[in-house]
Parts: sequence; structure tokens; C-alpha cells
Amino acid sequence: MKFGVVTFPGSNCDYDAFAAVKHVLHEDVEFLWHESTDLAGSDVVILPGGFSYGDYLRAGAIARFSPIMKSVVPFASSGGLVVGICNGFQVLTESGLLPGALIRNSHLRFSCKFVHLRVETASTAFTHGCREGEVLKMPIAHGEGNFYHFAGDIKKLEDNGQVVFRYADSRGRLTPEANPNGSTNNIAGICNEGRNVFGMMPHPERAVEPILGSSDGLKLLKSLATARATIGVAR
Amino acid sequence: MVMMMSSKATVYVRLKDGVLDPQGVTIQKALNHMGYEEFVSVRSGRFFELEIQDNAPNLDNRIQEVCAKLLANPVIEKFTVEKS
Repeated sequence: MKFGVVTFPGSNCDYDAFAAVKHVLHEDVEFLWHESTDLAGSDVVILPGGFSYGDYLRAGAIARFSPIMKSVVPFASSGGLVVGICNGFQVLTESGLLPGALIRNSHLRFSCKFVHLRVETASTAFTHGCREGEVLKMPIAHGEGNFYHFAGDIKKLEDNGQVVFRYADSRGRLTPEANPNGSTNNIAGICNEGRNVFGMMPHPERAVEPILGSSDGLKLLKSLATARATIGVAR
Repeated sequence: MVMMMSSKATVYVRLKDGVLDPQGVTIQKALNHMGYEEFVSVRSGRFFELEIQDNAPNLDNRIQEVCAKLLANPVIEKFTVEKS
């Protein structure tokens, strides 16, 4: 599997994602510059965290119109695997590749800490290496991660099984205290209807070795790396 | 002397009703703490001033387009346009 990591001006997790894929996952990976439209033959495109274009206007709003996204959108529409982490998730909702919006954390503070996530579905290219109900530990670092959508659209997401991760406590219980930003239904990560585009606020690329405090994020990267073989991604 | 003629449009973007505005809530609480207790709700927003070439064709539609595509996120925000 070849991974491509997009670098927007203001991305600051692109090297973390690159290093996690290259040195821990040991898969082929290349940086994709925002001004290019070349995905370099990537099987998986990662939109990393950071503050693309200074978060001007709204987080992700400007990055959506960068040249590389002109290639990412048709790639996603034709079944290509796309993962947006943190600011990358915001770019995906702004671009319409994922539903909903990420609004200001309900407590207004930038939140930077480890959280626990409950895996809500293992039937995705991103989570097939996890068990449903499994609790993963990884860090968050965001000020605008409060997942919002209108009630009817939230119900549709839930009914379609598009909620991939929820904030939980260490035992997997969905408590208000475990929700770090006010997200509706403790939603931490979702996928599109085609189940090939993923967005999550927590940072799996920062949780790939025990020395980092957790290696649970590696399970998600490993799932991606073996996705085609295991569940036959339509491409 | 050649004068470039232009007109202006002001775009107001605000959160849709029902979308939580934690910034507005915080400002409202601060007002109450300051003793201005009659202010029971604050909703925040932002505005943009656009300077536009004169005689630009199809202007109303073009303004609506840039509002819906970039200046506002229609999932959570609404906008109004004032031309001058």
C-alpha cells in the first residue's frame, strides 16, 4: 500500500504521519504538496492535523480549495481511501466529503490530552483490525472538534453505521465527562456512506509506539495497510 | 485621470438558529458578571466587506456563490448580503 500525506501551509502533523507510516508501519509513503494535483499513485491519502492556511475563516475552509483537493475529491469519489485527522477532518467536512461540521469546543478551550475512544464499527478499511467495542487510547489537540450536525442527519449517520469512534471512558462507557469537546453523541470519528473516507479528531499517528504513551493508533494504520487484501476495497 | 469605479457588498455571516455559539454564551455571561443583567442572549457572527468592479455581470448570483462556497458554511451558518 502506498500512502500519501498532504502538506498544506500550516500543517504540523504531516511529519508525524509520514514518520508513523514509514518508520513504524514500514509502508511506502510520500509527501503531497498542496499546490500539486498529483497524488503520486497513493492508495491511501492522509490529510494531517495542523492549522492549514492559519485556520482563517473557518478551520479547513481555505484548504478545501487548494489544488491538491481537486485530485483528492475525485479520488475519494471513486473509492480511494482518504483519512482526515484533526484539521484533516475539518477539511473533509468543509469539502463535503464527510457530513457535518466541527465547531468550537463547547468549553471554548483548546484541548490537548489523552482520551479514550470506543470503536463503534469494525467493518471499515480503517478499523477492521479492531474489535467492535474495543477501547483505544490516543491524544487529542484541538480547539474546534465539536462534531455538529442537525438531528435528522445525526440519526442518518447513526442508522447507517457511519459513526466509527466515540469518546468514552477507559472502560468504554459513553459519559459526558469522557466527551472532551461537546460533540453530539460523543462522536469522535465518522466515515462517509461509501465507507472509504474517514475523519477523526484524535491523533492515531501520535500513538504508534509505547514511548509515546500508546500504540493504539498503529492498529488503524495497520488496518489501512491491509485493507485491500482483507476486505477488498473497491478501486 | 482614469477612475476605477467599484461598488461594495457587505456579507453578514451568523450561526443558524439552534447551533451552539459558545463564544456568544461566554460573552453574555461576562456581560451579566459586569452588571449588565438585561442582556439575556448574545449571538456572535462576522462580516465581510467586498469591493466589486463596476458593471460586473451576474453579480447577485456571483455573490451568493461565494457566500455559499467560502464565506459561510451552509451546514452551520446563514448569511445576508447588503449592497451599496
